Amino acid sequence: MAISVDSPKESRDLREQQGYTFTFLSDPNAEVIRRYDLLHAGAGEGGKDISRPAEFLVDANGVVMWVNMTENYWVRARPEQVIEAAKKLE
Amino acid sequence: MKRFNWQIWAGFLLTFGGLLTFPLFFVRFPSTRDFPWVNLLLVALAIVLLVIGVKRAFQPGRSKLAKALAAVLTLLSLAAIGLFVFSAFILARQLPASRGAPQVGQKAPDFTLKDTSEKQVTLSELLSTPINGAKPKGVLLVFYRGYW
Repeated sequence: MAISVDSPKESRDLREQQGYTFTFLSDPNAEVIRRYDLLHAGAGEGGKDISRPAEFLVDANGVVMWVNMTENYWVRARPEQVIEAAKKLE
Repeated sequence: MKRFNWQIWAGFLLTFGGLLTFPLFFVRFPSTRDFPWVNLLLVALAIVLLVIGVKRAFQPGRSKLAKALAAVLTLLSLAAIGLFVFSAFILARQLPASRGAPQVGQKAPDFTLKDTSEKQVTLSELLSTPINGAKPKGVLLVFYRGYW
């Protein structure tokens, strides 16, 4: 699931345009982003608060199994890293 | 009549080509995006051409116009290169520390958010709802900057 401050409408456009099939969730006031301590204050267009990039693999019990916190937002988790991490899931 | 200083123009065009192909093409592949080595290589080649071009323009007998043109094209190129390097290696690293983010072994805080069809999705419910009759194994949460 992908999570950002974008509205459901913006995420729908992105999802359709790119042909993504996974779920996109909208956190317009960055409440969940704050709860996960991922807020990047003022980094969006016009000084809007946005999320820093981060990926979490959560197991069926809701426990974090793998985290990827990039140090450079040009660098994101690669599919093969996630697939390797997902092998640990029961 | 002095020969056309093609190196200065080639260096200028290669600078912008080398930089613009990043957002237009090379950003799509992790191996050329995470570290933009193809674009840096193109820009390095452009700098070599610019240096040769500037040397030619400042040889004796060249017009003032040729010198001014070489200087302007080189400065524009260097400004664009500087902006790219700043964005890639300094700006992109300005990220919050996020020390309070959930760690491996910790429970991921539960949440409810709207999906693209305005339907409420709750993490804990998602993890306990069977998919095609089987219990889900987990979920990947991808927080991203968004397109604002």
